[in-house]
Amino acid sequence: MARYRGNLEAIKGLVRETEVHRDVYIDEEVFQLEMEHVFANTWAYVGHDSQVAKPGDYYGTTIGTQPILMVRHTDNTVKVLHNRCPHKGTRITTESCGNTGKFFRCPYHAWSFKTDGSLLAIPLKKGYENTGVEQSHAGRGMSPVKHVHNYRGFVFAKLNDVGPGFEEFFGDSLSSFDNMVDRSPAGRLEVAGGVLRYMHNCNWKMLVENQTDTCHPMVAHESSAGTAIEVWKNAPPGAKKPMAVEIYAPFMAPYEFFENMGIRVWPNGHGHTGVHHSIHSDYSAVPGYFEKMTEAHGEERAKAILGENRHNTVYFPNIMIKGPIQLVRVFKPIAANKTLVESWTFRLVDAPDMLLERTLMYNRLINAPTSVVGHDDLEMYERAQEGLHVDANQWVNLQRLYDPSEIPDTTAVTNGTTEWQMRNQFRAWSKFMTMSM
Amino acid sequence: MTAPTDQQLIDFVIRETRLIDQHRFEEWLDLFAEDGFYWMPLEWGQTDPRLTTSLMYEDKLLLKIRVERLKGNRTFSQKPKSRCHHVLQTPQVDSRNEALNEYVTWTPMHYVETRLDQQDLYAAWATHTLAVVDGALKIKLKRVDIVNCDAAFGNIQLFM
Repeated sequence: MARYRGNLEAIKGLVRETEVHRDVYIDEEVFQLEMEHVFANTWAYVGHDSQVAKPGDYYGTTIGTQPILMVRHTDNTVKVLHNRCPHKGTRITTESCGNTGKFFRCPYHAWSFKTDGSLLAIPLKKGYENTGVEQSHAGRGMSPVKHVHNYRGFVFAKLNDVGPGFEEFFGDSLSSFDNMVDRSPAGRLEVAGGVLRYMHNCNWKMLVENQTDTCHPMVAHESSAGTAIEVWKNAPPGAKKPMAVEIYAPFMAPYEFFENMGIRVWPNGHGHTGVHHSIHSDYSAVPGYFEKMTEAHGEERAKAILGENRHNTVYFPNIMIKGPIQLVRVFKPIAANKTLVESWTFRLVDAPDMLLERTLMYNRLINAPTSVVGHDDLEMYERAQEGLHVDANQWVNLQRLYDPSEIPDTTAVTNGTTEWQMRNQFRAWSKFMTMSM
Repeated sequence: MTAPTDQQLIDFVIRETRLIDQHRFEEWLDLFAEDGFYWMPLEWGQTDPRLTTSLMYEDKLLLKIRVERLKGNRTFSQKPKSRCHHVLQTPQVDSRNEALNEYVTWTPMHYVETRLDQQDLYAAWATHTLAVVDGALKIKLKRVDIVNCDAAFGNIQLFM
């Protein structure tokens, strides 16, 4: 029996000021409603336009659980289409990415479509004469997603007509994307290195919350980062600290480090850790990079760009980006208890290769299914997914550094160990979940 | 040992996986040359470990961190511990270069990793690049190509 569908009050009751009901993580009906509302009323990340560099290039992905594709149209704009043939439903993309030429051709009955989705041709068309097919769903071609925005290469789409416009939805939070792109001397990024895909048996929101959870690294990652530090202590005196140890070690920084790094929250559920510094602040300089940046931007501007070392920026609902190392993680919901985590890496166009090398090393040490840091985290998520079935306490606490005068949907900078950003996400969750109910 | 026989190369590869299956990780680590690497590509037919992402590309220091971590008191993803099991085809000696001190073997295998009620099966090819160092065979590179290397996996916590 439906407990939540059609029951606005029950949905509203799931999120309280400082706690959320466990059903937001474990209930399949709530999950289904999230797909219909949260993921349809917000601007979801689709991909980067360098994945579809030339006309006809396409890339298939999902918004929530909806199959979509991104394609470079003949007029060089990026279109987002629902990924099915309007005729019988066959998925249009033959591979996850590729080039389709000037049109898509369905492999089942050879219906063809321009790369903006409009119907191009149907074989043996006379069989449809006087049938009124032009007025059918099929006759209109592949359905485009109307609301698409390309922000400095990052492509977002919104499935529903309701919900805020792009600028209103993101506001000042776009500064984290700006910093990532500005780190390229050419002002451009390219997807590079390959995507790491890691299956998690837990709810997608556990991963999102973890991104601004600054009280877990020194505890959960003692096993990995702590061991890395211990092993490195046996290195011969004077040995140069390897890149890998530079990447691991800051995870064991003390609470004060994370308190002082600061957290900034923005309206609509976005926010970031590392206002003042982050685990990425003290990486060794890469030879030749600063010179390139100075050449491109001037010294003062180059210093300002590279001095901004934000840690994790969360964009509601389901991505996190790391500007200083050009990484985007997408937490793709599959079921209430299943999430596919994709970790994408980018090349700073015109910057030394060593930056990409470090980014890829970070990605495989931290975000791979073979990563020990990943193992630490996934163990905690899976234990939570199991523990939340306890009936005696059905609430998850988000109270750390809560102040009853806390203003919802605002911009603020505060102590780096606050759970304000988690509260911010759930206030946004409530807003976008109920907006179209 | 000057130049190893084919049989010695084959025995080495078989013993290497046996040490993993028996959790004799420190002895296993000793099989690597000081500049040895363990590489698990992400891409089919991958040629570059540096500017293409891999599942693993680890030198002896990083492997040692893994081995130490597996023993750690606060390594919660290993409570309880994972177990693993290799089934190898007989390793094939692909090349012998005594002048360069480089011997390459190729070994198709099935690998099972298990923890709690979960058991995962992987099919892979292991390519060992071996050398004689101070009279003993050592691993310069162990490359593990998983058949579905680009699939979305859950945790892989031990060594293939």
